[in-house]
Amino acid sequence: MTEEHAEHILSYGKLATVWVALLVLTAATILVTRVELGVWKVWAALAIASVKSGLVIAFFMHMKYEPRLFRIILFVALFTLAGFIGGTFFDVLYR
Amino acid sequence: MSHLEKDSFGAKLGMWLFLFTEMLLFGGVFILYSVYLTRYPKEFGLGGHQLDLVYGATNTVVLLTSSLFAAMSVTAIKTGAKKLTLGLLSGTIGCAFIFLGIKYLEWSAKIHHGIYPNSPKLIAGPPGESIFFSLYYLTTGLHGIHVIVGAVLMSWTAVMVTKERINATDNVTLENVTLYWHLVDLVWIFIFPLYYLIL
Repeated sequence: MTEEHAEHILSYGKLATVWVALLVLTAATILVTRVELGVWKVWAALAIASVKSGLVIAFFMHMKYEPRLFRIILFVALFTLAGFIGGTFFDVLYR
Repeated sequence: MSHLEKDSFGAKLGMWLFLFTEMLLFGGVFILYSVYLTRYPKEFGLGGHQLDLVYGATNTVVLLTSSLFAAMSVTAIKTGAKKLTLGLLSGTIGCAFIFLGIKYLEWSAKIHHGIYPNSPKLIAGPPGESIFFSLYYLTTGLHGIHVIVGAVLMSWTAVMVTKERINATDNVTLENVTLYWHLVDLVWIFIFPLYYLIL
């Protein structure tokens, strides 16, 4: 590799902060789904889960510090999955 | 081997490509879940209420903590702290065992109540309930297998660290194993709300 020393080492403090954020979000998702919000609690829970995965991928999995190629293939995978989900629901709902 | 540079970029890229196939695998299971949820909302609701929120929430905390230890172990090995790396890896493996222990309690309580795939109780009940529990066992079982594989890989990595085959300058193997472990955590981040919370 031509890069000099592009290795990012995350500090323990930063990792612990992410962990605390993940625990707070977990508590939030339990609280928000105990309230009667109807369909919205599904979206709220999924939104929180997405934020949590974003944190895990960005920091624990170092994605924030990886070359752009990694992010491109991540989005290709996510769009593929979204396409499968969208296509399936188009079939299920409008059959 | 010493004259060959290890291609850590390629190694990590390969690991990520593998992880994407894993995402699509679990994505398929989640699609099944959501399709049957729209078809049998009432039965899924009844099924979901039979799951133990305390077990689910505890396991979420256990997995998030194991992920923290795994991420910290990468920092530790890169700064040359061998003992700390081994301690953190043991922490992750310990969390894996706690997770599996809780899963065992959870499953055996359900099986004790006659709830398992093809059990007489589920066959006699509404089809939606039977589908819910089949998907529950499929999803958490597939996830559980990943936890076991992750723990085995983590133990093997710890041995490599002890032998200093993985060290401050050559540690992409450890990084890749922790990436796998984080994926296990990621999947649970979605299993928990879908099965334990929203129903």
